[in-house]
Amino acid sequence: MEANLVIVTIIGMAVVTYLPRLLPLIMLSGKKIPEAVLLWLQHVAPAVLAAMLLPTLIIRDGSISFGIENLFLWAAIPTLVAAILSKSLFIPVVFGMVLVILGRWLLGPV
Amino acid sequence: MTDYNQNQQALIKSPWLRGLTAAMPIVLGYLPIGFAFGVLAEKAGLLTIHIVLMSVIVFAGSAQLIAVGLFSAQIAPLSIIVTTFIVNLRHLLFSAAIFPNLAHWRKTELARFAYELTDETFALHSTRFSKHKIEKAEVFAINVTAHIAWIAGSLLGAAAGGLVVEIEPLALDFVLPAMFIALLVMQTKKYAQMITAVVAGFTSVALLLLGFSQLHVIIATVVGATFGAWIEGWKQT
Repeated sequence: MEANLVIVTIIGMAVVTYLPRLLPLIMLSGKKIPEAVLLWLQHVAPAVLAAMLLPTLIIRDGSISFGIENLFLWAAIPTLVAAILSKSLFIPVVFGMVLVILGRWLLGPV
Repeated sequence: MTDYNQNQQALIKSPWLRGLTAAMPIVLGYLPIGFAFGVLAEKAGLLTIHIVLMSVIVFAGSAQLIAVGLFSAQIAPLSIIVTTFIVNLRHLLFSAAIFPNLAHWRKTELARFAYELTDETFALHSTRFSKHKIEKAEVFAINVTAHIAWIAGSLLGAAAGGLVVEIEPLALDFVLPAMFIALLVMQTKKYAQMITAVVAGFTSVALLLLGFSQLHVIIATVVGATFGAWIEGWKQT
């Protein structure tokens, strides 16, 4: 692709990315949100986190995997416990990384 | 490295510094992913200026990685833009969900905030807003820190180009999944939200296995949040 066309494409990408980020904020600004909608919105964060997380933990190469080679899944369980106990963001992240490093060291590149 | 801990965080006087330290887990995740993006984009034939421009004005990890694949496959610009739009539609939900915390902000501030609203900044902000009162400067410090890490990672990746650097032995590919686990724990305070997470998670897996590789997150989020909110509302009545 020609260099200038790449730049135009990137600008187009920026516009279609920014609008969904911006429009709800601007359209809701100054409005009273109904209780039912507020209740629903409280469920969006846990929903979107789980929707992004779970596939990375249980799908490998396009199919479900519960085997030992699916290191992320087995590291995720102690990481979850560390998150619940520590109520911290940093401790489970570092703990999880150590588990994955150890797992790869013991099992080879998985 | 400072822990994301309310007590320790409260000791830091400057809101900018508080935001900067709170963003450290995101920085740790963005540097290697941004780096991977830079390397792949360079291999796909994009110039360094394109790579940096994309990280500055698009700032959306998964969409940028998908776009690189499309650029290298010589896909038409319009298709790349439409794909980006579909992949990033989930931000509609982030924007709406975070709004109740920003209801008193001016429109220009909302416009600035929206520019750096990513999966990770959204998750971190909504967790922090649910815990205690947050100053605007802190919010912007988190956004700017995360964005700089993303740009820096991309630039380093573009510069490293042909060099093969492995991130696996350092487990840097597990940083964001681990952060999502911790944020999910912090976000899930009510029984109904637990149901939401389980429904959304498995819906997402099912959709992905059925081949919905672009829209699975947004559909699963709507299904899970609606189900959980319905359970909660039904229990209240």
